[in-house]
Amino acid sequence: MVMFVPDPAAPPASGALSLEALGMSKQFGALRALDDVTLKVEAGSFHALLGENGAGKSTLVKCIMGYYTPDTGQVMVGNHEQPIDSPRMAHTLGLGMVYQHFTLVPDMTVAENLVLARTDLPAMIDWKKEHVDLESFFVTMPFRVPLDRKVAALSAGEKQKTEILKQLYLKRRFLILDEPTSVLTPGEADEVLGLLRDMTRRNELTVLTITHKFREVFAFADSVTVLRRGRFAGSGKVTELTADDMAKMMMGDQKLPDPAPRMDYMGSGSPREETRLAIQSLQVADDAGQPAVKSVSLRVRAGEILGIAGVSGNGQRELVEAIAGQRDIAGGAIVLHGEAFDASRAAMKRHKLSCLPEEPLRNACVATMSVAENLAFRRFDEPPFAAGGWWLKPAAFREAAKQVIARYRVKTPGPDAAIGQLSGGNVQRAVLGREIGGDVNVLVAANPCFGLDFAAVADIHGQIMAARNRGAAVLLVSEDLDELFELSDRIAVMFSGRIVFEDAIGNADLTVIGRHMAGH
Amino acid sequence: MSADLLGWWGVPLAVLAGAIRVSTPFLFVSLGECITEKSGRINLGLEGTLVMGAMSGYAVSYLTGSPWLGVLAAGCAGAVFGILHALICSLPRVNDIAVGIALMLFGIGLAFFLGKPFIQPQAPNLPSIPFGSWSDNAQVQDSLRINALFLIGVVLAPALLWCFRNTRWGLILRTVGDSADAARALGYAVNRVRLFATAGGGFLAGIGGSFLSLSYPGSWSEGLSSGQGITAVALVIFARWNPMLCFWASLLFGGAAALGPALQSVGITQGYYLFNAAPYLLTLLIMILTCSRDRTLAGAPGELGVTR
Repeated sequence: MVMFVPDPAAPPASGALSLEALGMSKQFGALRALDDVTLKVEAGSFHALLGENGAGKSTLVKCIMGYYTPDTGQVMVGNHEQPIDSPRMAHTLGLGMVYQHFTLVPDMTVAENLVLARTDLPAMIDWKKEHVDLESFFVTMPFRVPLDRKVAALSAGEKQKTEILKQLYLKRRFLILDEPTSVLTPGEADEVLGLLRDMTRRNELTVLTITHKFREVFAFADSVTVLRRGRFAGSGKVTELTADDMAKMMMGDQKLPDPAPRMDYMGSGSPREETRLAIQSLQVADDAGQPAVKSVSLRVRAGEILGIAGVSGNGQRELVEAIAGQRDIAGGAIVLHGEAFDASRAAMKRHKLSCLPEEPLRNACVATMSVAENLAFRRFDEPPFAAGGWWLKPAAFREAAKQVIARYRVKTPGPDAAIGQLSGGNVQRAVLGREIGGDVNVLVAANPCFGLDFAAVADIHGQIMAARNRGAAVLLVSEDLDELFELSDRIAVMFSGRIVFEDAIGNADLTVIGRHMAGH
Repeated sequence: MSADLLGWWGVPLAVLAGAIRVSTPFLFVSLGECITEKSGRINLGLEGTLVMGAMSGYAVSYLTGSPWLGVLAAGCAGAVFGILHALICSLPRVNDIAVGIALMLFGIGLAFFLGKPFIQPQAPNLPSIPFGSWSDNAQVQDSLRINALFLIGVVLAPALLWCFRNTRWGLILRTVGDSADAARALGYAVNRVRLFATAGGGFLAGIGGSFLSLSYPGSWSEGLSSGQGITAVALVIFARWNPMLCFWASLLFGGAAALGPALQSVGITQGYYLFNAAPYLLTLLIMILTCSRDRTLAGAPGELGVTR
């Protein structure tokens, strides 16, 4: 990359870069993901890119990084028109990106991952020298990760920090972050974003971050650009905008359904004193055979929502899988209505247990089977779906499915379409319809709104609240604190496989919960 | 005979000698498969590659008079099969396991077809190095006559391990095999890396085949291979994708296979066929002991899978 003929328009060789994307459009089949979008980011600024899911934020930044080729539009780097046809090309220009899914190699150590990312990776690697270099880099950073640990053994938060440190180690001058704080505690998020903001202040780096957390926008960003349905919807300085302005830009004119009212079950003053779901000293192992849930005890009563907060990877997934019957328990017991629960189909039916697992397409559906079949999973071998427990009646499946599709507004080509073709929100709604359409005594939900837009989120929150108001005991595991504060009657925090905090929602406050999420 | 003087000591000596002899093809095929699987692909066609290597190595050795040219030819034939596998697998929606099985049958069939004229003539064999010349006991001398390919394998296993950890191509190979997403984000061409890895794996498997026809048993026939290629694939899993463990696992399997003949040599003939089944029983036993329903295999490259 040595330039022998100095180009007067070329950006300086180090320091923060400015970037403009002009008139970007991108079509995926019938979907116009980006429509003539323009984005301007000044050198040394901290710019937030806002928008609902599906607004085109990820598509836009992937076009900038050369991951996708835009149909129209151009990118200017440091006031210099610059076609970028591959991520490699973007890297040589000093652009870097932290993707929403991790791009670390799980079976390698942190040090190997950092060195591997260098564009000038030598044919033979002198690990002694590399370690010295890495150590001297880490000295300048406010936080660190264990260099010799395999990435697979890191927590999600440590992985995210490693991703960001990797970009800084590579001396990027323009850094794009795609929802970087979703796996961090509020404290960790402040630490990471604070570091990046300080670097922008020193004019070493420009940051463009995709986010949906207004708190972070107001605390760290200088300016914002908002996208809506693939189009530019507005931009401005953070100091001149209110949260309402930004929300209006993101949502346009659409109205949110009113939040579901919290009603007391059976009219009594407090949740009925009937424990529906009790977890007693539960122990569950993870995929590697290590203990993931360590002696957890919980009680959920009829007509209440118990929220479980925590950064992902602290045993929540294993806990939910154990209750859903997807994972063997290593010790302790799950008790439903005072009866030990063996996760058999009969027991689920008897106790009216329903589950809204995360990644519903993977955990609650068979992607290649039809919507109607998927909707009938719980009751496919009983009348009216089957005669004699074995002769299935497809017409009955279809009829019942049509009702659920209409009632829960599932957008599908029809009951016979494979459920895998539906968008994430519609799969979520279909599973919701199956799981809480009938009588529910116990509901277990894990990140039920992950990746959904405002309207869908409000809808699903309303359904969960309605189930609670009808008397269901709800265990809600979520990484979204706003969701937990909106829905829960009581909140608990899970850290490193244990419940480290539990209180009524009225007594809990965000800083205390954040501290417990970080294990303090 | 002086061999009788050794008595029961002849058994461990014969097992050791047999282990070295029998393990050599296992060693080469498993090292080759180790490279391929590290890149995130399974090449089940190595059984066919092995037989093809045995045939072409023998043919070239016979035609040129140089066994080493034969080894090279076997490697090249193996590499061609590897490239074929990689090219077919880089097409969209092609499953590497199915392609492997097809290539296994194809390789065996092609080798039998092309190898017909070479069944009778005797080709020059690979040299062995007599490490036992200090002893005047014929059995000791015979047991310590170690073939040159085995010695190459002894060097190759730690060299591969070192390369995986300390070289650019080692790191890239592991990246591609463990997370294709990460490799793409870094700008590496996943399919091209896999092409080289599968070709290299095929090259080593071909050499493993040439050992069968040029060293032990040392001639070409259609019954030459008894599933070494497939067993070696299982060996890689047992060895947790670590070349040094591949080496030790190959020796263990070789030793198990040599147990029957060794016992027979001291006059124990009862259960001869049972002892011959030892390597297969060992495979089953190890697989049962090391696999678990609750745990995923540690060390398995993340991109390996049946569903693709």
